Amino acid sequence: MMKFFHKLGSPPYFYGFAGRLAPWLGIICLILLVIGLYDGLVVAPTDYQQGESYRIIYIHVPAAWMSLFIYMVMAVCAVLTMIWRVKIAEVIATASAPLGASFTFLALVTGSLWGKPMWGTWWVWDGRLTSELILLFLYLGIIALYNAVEDKRTAARSTAVLTLVGVVNIPIIHYSVIWWNTLHQGPTVTKLGAPSIDPRMLIPLLLMAMAFQFYYFAVVLMQARAEILERERNTAWVQQLPEVNGP
Amino acid sequence: MNGQRSLSRAFLALLRRDLVLAVRQRSEIGNPLLFFLIVTAMFPLGVGSKPQLLQAMAPGVIWVAALLAALLSLDAIFRSDFEDGSLEQILLSAHPVSVLILAKVLAHWLITGLPLLLVSPLIGVLLNLPQGATATLLLTLALGTPILSLVGAIGVALTVGLRKGGIILSLLVLPLYVPVLIFGSSAVQTAAAGIPVTGQLSLLGALLLLALSLSPVATASALRISLS
Repeated sequence: MMKFFHKLGSPPYFYGFAGRLAPWLGIICLILLVIGLYDGLVVAPTDYQQGESYRIIYIHVPAAWMSLFIYMVMAVCAVLTMIWRVKIAEVIATASAPLGASFTFLALVTGSLWGKPMWGTWWVWDGRLTSELILLFLYLGIIALYNAVEDKRTAARSTAVLTLVGVVNIPIIHYSVIWWNTLHQGPTVTKLGAPSIDPRMLIPLLLMAMAFQFYYFAVVLMQARAEILERERNTAWVQQLPEVNGP
Repeated sequence: MNGQRSLSRAFLALLRRDLVLAVRQRSEIGNPLLFFLIVTAMFPLGVGSKPQLLQAMAPGVIWVAALLAALLSLDAIFRSDFEDGSLEQILLSAHPVSVLILAKVLAHWLITGLPLLLVSPLIGVLLNLPQGATATLLLTLALGTPILSLVGAIGVALTVGLRKGGIILSLLVLPLYVPVLIFGSSAVQTAAAGIPVTGQLSLLGALLLLALSLSPVATASALRISLS
């Protein structure tokens, strides 16, 4: 088992492994997505309070979960980068940042689309919304720093430090924003109401969450492959690849 | 041997050097302060001078202005040392880098944070802040501005080698300042309403301790990366 992980740390092995794995993950994602969307948009019952517009949660909630999950993946990669200088961890963290930012953005946009008919306004300075917005800023800061540093490996280590600083800060930011809200004005916005959710609504939600996970894994592996090719373009093994070398 | 003593001597020497450098170049002390004053003076001009409006806005305005003033002066922590090479000497020294960094951050706070603290009651008067809240304003700034310097140092350490570091620095650091802004301004607001603020003050104190213990380590490793 350990041997497998050691092998996975080497770029040529990882490149081939990811290339074989990514299509399968993509296919699983597609199947889950089709079933989940059908189940969520057609089969699941209408909400007695919110009508049909609640169905946006099948995009919104998985996107919000992914926005945090991807940051955690990046944090783990940052630890691997700082302590063991694992090249693959650098590559995966780099490839994850734009994906995390997109999921965060998606969560914000869908939340705002849902908020317009429900709350009567596009944006509320609600605790969760605000902390999600700040998470987006953190992602954008990480991407900006990575792009600003010329040497890729230095850039990866710099962003690793920033990611870890962010990990310490995310809970603090989250709770401070929630307390800020309650300190000021009290809950003016009623959230999704009772926590008990009908299983017929829950199952498509979980299916969609899994679909988003597989989407992320498939895309991050493909992005990581591209990043590896770019970084290692001067090495012998890349030169010998059939897709680089030509037929 | 007497490692302990020589470490504290190195700490004090570095602190003194930075303070002397700042005193010789007074604009470094004066400019952030001037910026702080001007920014806060812009708000009444922009939103109107109704006393009640100003009073409601004062804590937030003062805190945001303090945030921006700190941000503007952050680059000075490491920039000149990076350019003349003394930063590399600090990294090469036999003493723990994080302690030396703490000396530099302390000097930065004494140069930029402390003067801010001293003029803030004046700005409170200009913005119609109730008398009772002035003490809380001072207390929150005393607890909060060191956090700004400490957290900002990490950002500066990451961007010091970059040509266009300034704008990226603000992208990195401002989201991390959110908790300080929230607790600082809400404490002042609560105090203005005559309600005790021990909760916010303890939270700010906790944040300060956390920043004090973790940020020098993060700054040290960021500097090593930037200078490698």
